[in-house]
Amino acid sequence: MTATATSRIPFWRNVNVLKWAAQMVVVAIVVAIVIWLYGNYTENASRQNIPTSFDFLDNPASFQITGNSLSQSAPVRDAMVQGLLNTLRVSIVAIIAATVLGTVIGIGRLSTNWIVRKLAAAYVEAVRNIPLALFLTASVLVVVLGVFPQITDAWDLAGLAIVSNRGVAVAWYQGSGFGLLLILGLGVLAWYLVAKWRGRVADRTGNLPRSGLWGLGAFVVVVAVGWGVFGYSYTLPDVVGRGTVGGIRVDPSFFALFLALTVYTASHVAEIVRGSIQAVPRGQGEAADAVALSGFQRMWYIILPQAMRIAIPPIGNQYLNLIKNSSLGAAIGYYDLTLVAQTTVGNGSPAVPVFFLTMAVYICISLVVSALVNVANRRMMVVER
Amino acid sequence: MSGTATRWLHYNLFRTKRDAVLTVVFGALSIWLLYKTLNFVFVTGRWTIIEVNLRLLMIGRYPDAHVLRIAVTVVVLAAWGGLLAGFLRGRQVRAGRLTPADSKLTVARVLDLVERLWIPLAVVLLLLLLSATAGPWITAGASLAAALLGRLIGPFFGRLRLGGLASAVSVIVFAAIPLGMYYYVVTAVGFDDWGGFMLNLFLAVCSIILCYPLGVLLALGRRSGLPLIRVVCTTYIELIRGAPLFVLLLLANVALGFFVPDTLAPATSTRAIVVFTLFTAAYMAEIIRGGLQSIPRGQIEAAKAVGLSPIRQTGYIVLPQALRNVIPAQIGQLISLFKDTTLAGIAMGLFDLLQVSGAITAQPEFRGQGLIAETLTFAALMFWVVSYTMSRESQRLEKRLGVGSR
Repeated sequence: MTATATSRIPFWRNVNVLKWAAQMVVVAIVVAIVIWLYGNYTENASRQNIPTSFDFLDNPASFQITGNSLSQSAPVRDAMVQGLLNTLRVSIVAIIAATVLGTVIGIGRLSTNWIVRKLAAAYVEAVRNIPLALFLTASVLVVVLGVFPQITDAWDLAGLAIVSNRGVAVAWYQGSGFGLLLILGLGVLAWYLVAKWRGRVADRTGNLPRSGLWGLGAFVVVVAVGWGVFGYSYTLPDVVGRGTVGGIRVDPSFFALFLALTVYTASHVAEIVRGSIQAVPRGQGEAADAVALSGFQRMWYIILPQAMRIAIPPIGNQYLNLIKNSSLGAAIGYYDLTLVAQTTVGNGSPAVPVFFLTMAVYICISLVVSALVNVANRRMMVVER
Repeated sequence: MSGTATRWLHYNLFRTKRDAVLTVVFGALSIWLLYKTLNFVFVTGRWTIIEVNLRLLMIGRYPDAHVLRIAVTVVVLAAWGGLLAGFLRGRQVRAGRLTPADSKLTVARVLDLVERLWIPLAVVLLLLLLSATAGPWITAGASLAAALLGRLIGPFFGRLRLGGLASAVSVIVFAAIPLGMYYYVVTAVGFDDWGGFMLNLFLAVCSIILCYPLGVLLALGRRSGLPLIRVVCTTYIELIRGAPLFVLLLLANVALGFFVPDTLAPATSTRAIVVFTLFTAAYMAEIIRGGLQSIPRGQIEAAKAVGLSPIRQTGYIVLPQALRNVIPAQIGQLISLFKDTTLAGIAMGLFDLLQVSGAITAQPEFRGQGLIAETLTFAALMFWVVSYTMSRESQRLEKRLGVGSR
């Protein structure tokens, strides 16, 4: 009976047929639009004699990147790699700073201290509602060029850093960067192992583990030994004439971009941290009080680990936003990927391939970061029964 | 009295020794910040540059001959807003959701509104005080009167019995007024003469209106049971969300001419609106998808049980709840769209508020005086007041629609 009923449904009223027809129509429209756009593009490009291939990557870049030894005759490919590295550099530093600042402010918003609470709230409400581009302009034109002193009376921060409107020079190491990374990696590994060992000792003996302290000690020892063995040394910055020598010179544009990204993203991170702390059940804090943990212990061992678990996905989103926002550095002359792309287009590279390549790189970075965030999220997630 | 004050101090500032230290340190910091700010605003700040260039900052290089069009538009839109509010109140009274007494516009209600919106109102007053001509004053006064008048006569129309045709006509009339004003202000001048804060607001409003339908469609598409549609929507959303808005704007500025015929390649401002719309729609889709996921299955099953078609299930049952559940995130996205309109100035060379604030410091009479802090402060105030008001009102809207309590 049913079989005959279905067989009698005409195909234009058959739900399955209709579903597939609708999908086919949508896909056909999308494909048609893409083909139309691509056709226009190849036609226009060939009429104006503009190459559509990626051969431009091998042409000489014929521009220089500030604070980089890249020569003008190096291919565009190398310039874009340097741009990508610059993007990553400023993003990583700003992500770390924004996380720390944002977490502190987010905790501050929930402080029992009235002044701290109001100050943190004022920061968040003020910063969140002002465009990043405005902060960027302000940090170049007002902070770096306005507030920072001339090189002749630069601020000397205990000999470790020299701040002037020509940029910031900071004490730095001398030697191979890769080796230092290796040493730092070993240090972190030592930290992890020692902390684990202390945890086991504490389980066995019942003494306080103090794994953080022990781990830090192990880290310092490993890094110090590595530093000595590999023969690293450090240089301190110094003002000579109208410039600085020694240390590492941070370009004003880098500093301005870093400052704006940090200040802006910290306000968003602070809101996320606050929300996540409030989402931790009240009983957790009360239980910590009941076993007489101090305010710091209560925050560090009980509240924050649980809050961070909730905060990972949205904070990961903020990291993605920060990386994408770093493209605004192009507006203030920081040679990130975007400015390299813009410059090379100005020098005659074909615009469409350059910008599509740039976008593809950003999309790849985004995918990698969001994959990392997902991994972190999965590892931290509470396994519910 | 002093007892409560001491208790307040003890409870809020000096609970423990560490609290006292924090209070002293951050108290000193806030006093210093306050002093610096007040000193800048009232003593060291040289605000003549704002007074002289106020018109450029607000409406850019909109030609003199047509400025009246802006004033008329503002007044008409104020009347429209008042009328719409009154009309909707009247409809609610008719539906029995409000008593007539609740829908009256009383003095108390106006005062309430003033209290709620005192910050933007204060900024508008400040702008009026800064302006050298009578035009803005007349416009503001006329808009106020028009809004009140609209609000007073709106309920009478709202309370009328409207048949199918009449309600369709009323919807068309209410939609036609802003569209008409759009043609009135835009066609006379052409987009490329737009500038200042008006351009930021205009880009944001147009993109907000356009991105909503697209965002809803994308969200529904991504949740759809039809695999091909899901793939298309997901690809679009993820690709757009991975790319920086700034690069998209650069691409649209430099390379759009390659992809569309010259006749279709629009003015720069329109390009910006297109990019903002396509970009924000992807983010909106993700937010709305979150809202869709928050709807319990029982709602859809109930809708099916009473025999609603799939389109009606979505339109009457799922979407209204889904959109309501994610109001703060939606408004947050709209605020960030509004702030991002400054990128159009940087990437496409539009003369928006941020660009004007930079450009006026290079005028002959102000050059080399380091006035950028003053102009940027003004721009920051403008952006802040709009964004802050939006986020405050979104919190209020959320409370009023009873998210989480119904």
